[in-house]
Amino acid sequence: MIEVKNLSKRYGPRAAVDDLTFTARPGTVTGFLGPNGAGKSTTMRMIVGLDAPTSGTVTVNGRRYADHPAPIQEIGALLDARAVHPSRSAYNHLRVIAATTGISRRRVDEVIDLVGLRGAARKPAGSFSLGMSQRLGIATALLGDPETVLLDEPVNGLDPEGVLWIRNLLKALAAEGRTVFVSSHLMSEMALAAEHLVVIGRGRLIADVPIAEFTARACVTSVRVRSPRAAALGELLAGPEVSITSSERGVLEITGLSVEQIGERAVQAGICLYELSPQQASLEDVFMELTHDSVEYRATVEAAPVGRAA
Amino acid sequence: MTVTSLAPGTRTAAAADVPSPAASFVRARRAARGRVTLGRVVHAEWIKFRSVRSTVLALLATVGAVVALGLLFSGVHSGVIGADTIGLQPGSAAGPVEVSLGGVNLGQLIIGVLGVILVSGEYATGMIRPTLTAVPRRLPVLWGKTLVFGGVVMAAMLVATFTAFLAGQALIGTAGASLSGAGVLRAVIGAAVYLTGVGVIGLAAGAILRRAAAAIAVLFTVVLVVPGLLPLLPYSWNGAVGPYLPSNAGTAFMTATHAAGSLAPWTGLGVFAGYVVAALAVAAVLLKRRDA
Repeated sequence: MIEVKNLSKRYGPRAAVDDLTFTARPGTVTGFLGPNGAGKSTTMRMIVGLDAPTSGTVTVNGRRYADHPAPIQEIGALLDARAVHPSRSAYNHLRVIAATTGISRRRVDEVIDLVGLRGAARKPAGSFSLGMSQRLGIATALLGDPETVLLDEPVNGLDPEGVLWIRNLLKALAAEGRTVFVSSHLMSEMALAAEHLVVIGRGRLIADVPIAEFTARACVTSVRVRSPRAAALGELLAGPEVSITSSERGVLEITGLSVEQIGERAVQAGICLYELSPQQASLEDVFMELTHDSVEYRATVEAAPVGRAA
Repeated sequence: MTVTSLAPGTRTAAAADVPSPAASFVRARRAARGRVTLGRVVHAEWIKFRSVRSTVLALLATVGAVVALGLLFSGVHSGVIGADTIGLQPGSAAGPVEVSLGGVNLGQLIIGVLGVILVSGEYATGMIRPTLTAVPRRLPVLWGKTLVFGGVVMAAMLVATFTAFLAGQALIGTAGASLSGAGVLRAVIGAAVYLTGVGVIGLAAGAILRRAAAAIAVLFTVVLVVPGLLPLLPYSWNGAVGPYLPSNAGTAFMTATHAAGSLAPWTGLGVFAGYVVAALAVAAVLLKRRDA
């Protein structure tokens, strides 16, 4: 469980993280999404106490991270896979971290096998590819068998097999009742792995929604209709399940009715149509739209029912 | 490589839906749930220290420098090497003890740089982040490093200074000093203490400045440059400040014969220890305060 409350981090006048509040819950993979530079890494660094917040609080499993007697057994973190001494072997790197809370060599061997680094464990970590470094980072995060797992961009540099492996690992960890908090700038990856999404942009919270809600929003199809009698058509089509908006003169965006329904009812009413086309937003579109301007879209997704917005 | 390599086992009912949850996690939970203690951090720092070859090599290089230069100076002093007795006038402060420990001048640079790199290297490679994530209270890391580095260096430097002294006196022969002579044992042990102290000051400088180049520059300025500049200042300044510089305070307790104008041996040790403690204190405050 990670609870972030009104968290802010300022560097001079610039706010890297601005009044952020969200909770990552046990048994769930929570995706932490935002464009590069949105403040994801800074937030994660504050969670494990590497950076001090300018204001606000963050707790891990109910306490400030540094107040836990055995920190790496509360939260396992992968912040930067390359952050290892290049001439130290992967095995010794894990031994160093394990030693701080008296974790056994057997556990070190276990996590090495778990991430598939058995063959390379005695080689210097500096000789690793980015994908191997990511595996070492994940092994480090899992060393203490933590209740909460925090991974910053874990799929970076992984081959397709590795990406699939991570995805399954995240789900397995969450299924065991752990809190899994994973950042990414790739919406598509999050759609496959996460059950809940926290989206930030420019350090501010944009959305805190279940993934189902997010994908539903993406799957909503609207129909674009252009007609010289758009207003009359709008009145004709209006109904309890139908939403009609107009962003330019003579054009309607209609949701809740199919292309066929609209076409037939227009003919019956003798309304001429110049255009009748289905519109579909991809997950990436929704993400881009959300993060395009954090302030403008902030309230929209949180408050408005899906399918009516924009 | 896939999740199916995990052994079967469940922790929650929900885990039954997943083909292969990790039983290994559960085992470790029972086996080793431990607090972070200073002893454990010392253990971790010890694994760190010995698992990187360059640190071990630098330590050996320091031992080599102290012994080899000690032998060279002793050889020159005794006339075994070269015909002249260079520089050292009869009656000068540099007796056989100081001559055989002459390698300290070079050794302090190597060991100081090693101390710097031990910490600045963690910032350069990023290793400081996993380290401080594992020990978020942070200060145990500084104490652990200091204890491991100080302990290892002290042991190695004692070997070096005793070897340099004994071999040097053997070269010098009948004019040589013996360990039972006045202040001799103190000087030989003192040289090892001085080298260890410079190493720890280097370590603290690395923690304060975080970058190797800056920390090494500051260390060399304090140890080498300032003592060299002081004689160019008015005599009264030199007399008032000079003896209290780290290197001169060190000289006070690693020479057998007391030179005029320098501190008494134990005063010198106290002043030198003050520098070490002050450097560590600044490092501790900054480590605790700054973002990593």
